[in-house]
Amino acid sequence: MNFDFSDEQKQLRNEARKFLAEKCPPKAVRTVLDGKEPYDRQLWKGLAGMGFLGVAIPEEFGGAGAGHLELCVIAEEIGRALAPVPFSSSVYLAAEAILMAGDDAQKQKWLPLIASGAAIGTLALFEGKGNPSPQAIKLSASGDSLNGVKKPVPDGAIADVAVVAARTGSSGRETDISLFLVDLKADGVEAKSLTNVDPSRGQAELTFRNCRAEPLGRAGEGWSIVSQVLDRAAVLMAFEQVGGADRALEMGRDYALDRIAFGRPIGSFQAVKHMLADMYVSATLARSNCYYGAWALSTNASELPEAAAAARISATQAFQHCAKNNIQVHGGMGFTWEFDCHMYYRRANATALGLGSLSYWEDALIDRMRKRNAA
Amino acid sequence: MNFDDTPQEAAFRAEARAWIAANAPKQYEEDLKKSSLGRTELKGANILEVAKAWQKKKADAGWACLHWPKEYGGRGATPIERVIWQQEEGAFGKLSGIFIIGHGMCGPTMMAYAGEEQKRSYLPPLASGEKVWCQLFSEPAGGSDVAGLRTRAEKRGDNWIINGQKIWTSGAHYSDYGILLTRTDPNVPKHKGLTMFFLDMKSEGVEIKPIKQANGQSDFNEVYFTDVKIPDAQRLGDVNDGWNVSLTTLMNERMSIGAGVATGFPELFEFCSNLMLEDGLAIDDRNVRAKLAHWAVRASGLKYTSMRAISALSKGERPGPENSIGKLVAGSMIQDVAAYALDLQGAAGVLSGPEAEAAGKFQAMLLRAPGTRVEGGTDEIMRNIIAERVLGLPGDIRVDKDVPFNKIPTRGRG
Repeated sequence: MNFDFSDEQKQLRNEARKFLAEKCPPKAVRTVLDGKEPYDRQLWKGLAGMGFLGVAIPEEFGGAGAGHLELCVIAEEIGRALAPVPFSSSVYLAAEAILMAGDDAQKQKWLPLIASGAAIGTLALFEGKGNPSPQAIKLSASGDSLNGVKKPVPDGAIADVAVVAARTGSSGRETDISLFLVDLKADGVEAKSLTNVDPSRGQAELTFRNCRAEPLGRAGEGWSIVSQVLDRAAVLMAFEQVGGADRALEMGRDYALDRIAFGRPIGSFQAVKHMLADMYVSATLARSNCYYGAWALSTNASELPEAAAAARISATQAFQHCAKNNIQVHGGMGFTWEFDCHMYYRRANATALGLGSLSYWEDALIDRMRKRNAA
Repeated sequence: MNFDDTPQEAAFRAEARAWIAANAPKQYEEDLKKSSLGRTELKGANILEVAKAWQKKKADAGWACLHWPKEYGGRGATPIERVIWQQEEGAFGKLSGIFIIGHGMCGPTMMAYAGEEQKRSYLPPLASGEKVWCQLFSEPAGGSDVAGLRTRAEKRGDNWIINGQKIWTSGAHYSDYGILLTRTDPNVPKHKGLTMFFLDMKSEGVEIKPIKQANGQSDFNEVYFTDVKIPDAQRLGDVNDGWNVSLTTLMNERMSIGAGVATGFPELFEFCSNLMLEDGLAIDDRNVRAKLAHWAVRASGLKYTSMRAISALSKGERPGPENSIGKLVAGSMIQDVAAYALDLQGAAGVLSGPEAEAAGKFQAMLLRAPGTRVEGGTDEIMRNIIAERVLGLPGDIRVDKDVPFNKIPTRGRG
């Protein structure tokens, strides 16, 4: 047994950390947060240049062909730096869906563009409030034409291509759902940016009016593909969350060491020490659950659905816990726009919802554990 | 990243599995599987005798204290082999409970500080379970602040004379030997006047009184010392260096990873999978699921944290204080889990004992749980350890640090 990343993977993590420390300081996050840019184009190019966007995309489709463990360590660093780029939408959602369900021509067309950063992809799944569910999908497909509205779509306003979940039947079963690939620069689709709790990553509304689309995967298999993509993305997003949680914990720790009150560092007060210790516990439990998720993802293990849900829940809890208590440790300054704490708080709460909420994944985890026990 | 055995590990596992299948006391397996915190009973048998017999059998075949050197009764096994053994031993591992302190703390302290002849004479019967050891650190005046202990050791010729009282000594009533931390110089600051010994628990002047715990059971004792004589040859480490010796003991406590700490989660999951509520199975209820999921990821988080620690250990890295999280998380979790199981039982949750819901296991768990958050380091001490040694935050301000021990106040009011 070796339940750890390899030395090469750790080396890759260090490279990514060094690269992001230089190219993605908090100032870069703020440029997007303040609305000056929709995303950090320079950073995006840089990430592509490092080979990070296509790390898990096979070489024949323009990627590095490394694997998902490599993608996990990069995801952690993306989360740690709060990188204001459409990494999760393009890499975890669009690329994974195309890899899983695309035909050879679709893979040849889109994956090299995603790996090189020339195209941004996303998944258009949600239609207003609620969690992932086939019943919630109303956007309809007739022939190769889509009609309906998707929101929120992560990075929808800057994306070039979207995987769209659409209704192709009315039996009431999940086989009513099929997936389509849509070139978002084509006619019949309109994107509108939406304000959201974490402006360092965009959310949009996409309106489809008789929009031309090509099927992705077989008709009626859309929901099955979406479920698998969400599980895979849940593990990868969990690594982002763990990276963010660790950084928020470090910020709190560093401030507690520097800040003097009542004549001593506030980190010497047990109320503060114990709060930070509890943050460490959350972050550690989440990291361990994530490692299991990484193992399941990289080996396509039958345990993946359960492992992904556990990683997702644990990492969501840890990032939210660390981000909110980082503000608490900072006191009043933590509540200013000037300090970076709120950027982690925003990201923690946005990532907690993007792939379905905590309660959705809690329900899913117990469902999956139960099925395994019954089997 | 993988969970696969190497060929050597697979061979070790096969050998262990075959030996356990042929030798384990299977008649107790069901009872052991069913036992949970606060409730371990073997029908028609004395668990102490069963445990000693199993340990002796293991020792005779070379399966006791796997990580110890062979000359002291162990097997010289690798950390991974030890984990594989624990996995294979399964429920029978619960029989090792009474040896945990001896094997995990007393033995390693003896290995570090006793003379070679003493090690060869005392360690093999400790490994084989023929002799049980206990650890005498805590006192009424020194729990979390263990260096505040007051039991005196005074030198008379080649002997030391011990007077004082210890408390919370697990298994003192069936122990043959103990390691004992004493005060040898009250005129210097508290950490600098301590000395460690080992002693025969049958020595004249040792009196053991069981403590009736809040849950009605008696797992711990008070131990009184009245002019107990210990030869200087049984001193471990230098005079007044007992604090450093005790740190070796406590550090070894942290090495005993992989055994897994009880969280109560498997019991709760099983209970909810079968419990019928007014409108169906408990596990189909959304609120129940949310609670279960919350605890499920804590239980799995602990499991995989332990696996990460084992991987680090097998690469030769030293386990650090980060392993303190196991006890911290599991202690309060099992308490909450038990309370929730009672809540699900409604009014009948108030009833305890073998006739109650789930044979009363959650009631027993609830009543035993407060102790888990105190014994072996309170939740608060664990948080301090994490904050100071992992996160690097400042230590607590210690107003007694440079004060001679006998000048430290002993009462808060008046």
